[in-house]
Amino acid sequence: MTDTYKNVDVAEAAADHAAEVAEAHEAATIAGTPKHPIAEFWEYFTENKGALAGLIFIVVLVLTALFAPWIAPHSPIEQYRDALLVPPAWSEGGTWRFPLGTDDVGRDIFSRIIWGSRLSLFVGVIVVTLSLGAGIVLGLMAGYMRGWVDVLVMRLMDIMLAIPSLLLAIAVVAILGPGLENAIIAIAIVVLPHYVRLTRAAVITESSKDYVTSSRIAGASTSRLMFNTILPNCMAPLIVQATLGFSTAILDAAALGFLGLGAQPPTPEWGSMLADSLQFVQRAWWVVTFPGLAILLTVLAFNLMGDGLRDALDPKMKR
Amino acid sequence: MLGFFIKRLGLVVPAFIGVTVLTFALIHLIPGDPVLMLAGERGIDPERYARLRAELGLDQPLVVQYWNYISGVLQGDLGNSIVTKKPVIDEFLTLFPATIELTICAIIFAVGVGLPAGMLAAVNRGKTLDHAVMATSLTGYSMPIFWWGLLLIILFSVTLGWTPVSGRISVMFWIEPITGFLLIDTILQGNWDAFWSAVHHLVLPAIVLGTIPLAVIARMTRSAMLEVLREDYVRTARAKGVSPKRVIMVHALRNALIPVITVIGLQVGVLLAGAILTETIFSWPGIGKWLVESINRRDYPAIQGGIMLVATVIIMVNLLVDVLYGVVNPRIRHQR
Repeated sequence: MTDTYKNVDVAEAAADHAAEVAEAHEAATIAGTPKHPIAEFWEYFTENKGALAGLIFIVVLVLTALFAPWIAPHSPIEQYRDALLVPPAWSEGGTWRFPLGTDDVGRDIFSRIIWGSRLSLFVGVIVVTLSLGAGIVLGLMAGYMRGWVDVLVMRLMDIMLAIPSLLLAIAVVAILGPGLENAIIAIAIVVLPHYVRLTRAAVITESSKDYVTSSRIAGASTSRLMFNTILPNCMAPLIVQATLGFSTAILDAAALGFLGLGAQPPTPEWGSMLADSLQFVQRAWWVVTFPGLAILLTVLAFNLMGDGLRDALDPKMKR
Repeated sequence: MLGFFIKRLGLVVPAFIGVTVLTFALIHLIPGDPVLMLAGERGIDPERYARLRAELGLDQPLVVQYWNYISGVLQGDLGNSIVTKKPVIDEFLTLFPATIELTICAIIFAVGVGLPAGMLAAVNRGKTLDHAVMATSLTGYSMPIFWWGLLLIILFSVTLGWTPVSGRISVMFWIEPITGFLLIDTILQGNWDAFWSAVHHLVLPAIVLGTIPLAVIARMTRSAMLEVLREDYVRTARAKGVSPKRVIMVHALRNALIPVITVIGLQVGVLLAGAILTETIFSWPGIGKWLVESINRRDYPAIQGGIMLVATVIIMVNLLVDVLYGVVNPRIRHQR
């Protein structure tokens, strides 16, 4: 019984807190000039500690990728024949020459992970740019023009959604042949429907609003209406989806790499570093552990940041 | 109800056609000539080349080729594997039970853990338990499952020696397939040692495959429960003195389950795709491993047929989920 009441109390306390916060915000607004939207957004975003941690990790990752040649102690593809499967520095037999140990052909795992951050971020940027760009255009067309364009585009997207993304990506790679570029194209195609649907839904909501009508009456051209009037007001969900899209892209590229269908050896890609590692589970855990940890932390960081952005950008969540 | 069913069925047809167009295109978009590809490096003389092209129907217009392809598909003819020469559909059907068995166990694991975890998180909202469940599920959601599988192998198979590293059952047992599901076949034949061997082999792959659905289900259950707990009828139930346990288990959970069921249905696609990775790690003799091997062997009829069949299964499961959803929730079937 007490449990239930406690929950009611918690809910009430939360509601009270929300009301207080709202009042505080109101008071602040009345007292001084209203906050700049970016400042307000930043306030909401930093309230979420997880999102902030994600952002910090991503900033560090980007810096690592940019300065990889200066940070990495070794070349990612140089094979030290005298140091095969050396364990990490802190365990027995390890040396600080290879902080995270070496793989079966004597490559420094630490350096490969550092260089791998370039590839993963590169995959993320290209996939998100391609799918976001194409998704916005298709979604705008479907949502603004409606009619047969809408039906055609959305049916196509429904079909694509019916096939699981990894399977579709594998099919595309089977057509184009294995390799990092083809994996990127495959993933960009696979995630496209999400952007198209989001854009279309937002465009349909916005199109019926007064500011669009008045802009049309003022004589704005169709393309101006689509890209300059409507699109900027549809960006919030797309920004969130794009952030989460980074994590999907990195995860799928790693999965393809693991299956031998993505980046090819000796490219230091996190997923393909794990491709042949099953044979080492018995004797060299470090070969298996660190590349996967890099994938997990990166994906987690983007997911945390995406969740934080959603809370900060979604007006319904604002108290 | 019938109208709803027919309308929903109408969405399946274009999806199926789309899948066949995709898999048909698969063969035709591959750079290079399929006949030369078949011939391999030995080369081929022009006469035999022309005969093979005619045999494969490649000399006909694309529309005719597509028609031949789709009429074959509808009769269950997906061509023969280049490597084993056996019909693709037979290979698929032999291996499919292994994948279904793995997938079902993964779903049971995901629901069995995810649902209570999500409920506990919702009931203890804002407390340590809630934060722990949410943090764990976000980690699970971000998990590269092929790596997760390798980690579990290192811990449970290599270090602790509790479970075998790969395969479906110990090589010491030969089980005559009756249903194709080893867990059932071993019981039917009363071979308990074999049954436990199969269970031991199944545990890790099922956990690995179920991890992402588990995370999704836990998150979904939590938010659905929170939504429902705010409803007036929950407050009414509490006010009239219904025990907290009953309020949560009967009044809240039943209504929170509706969105959760949809999510579980949507996870089937995720599971079948995840099976590709899981089966590769654990050498599980299912269709996922078979597909990857076919790609590595460039066995195009097998790739083509496999992708088509998996996609068809997913479309059918989604249809089933939607129809069940309509049965469970009258609001859906009476829309427009």
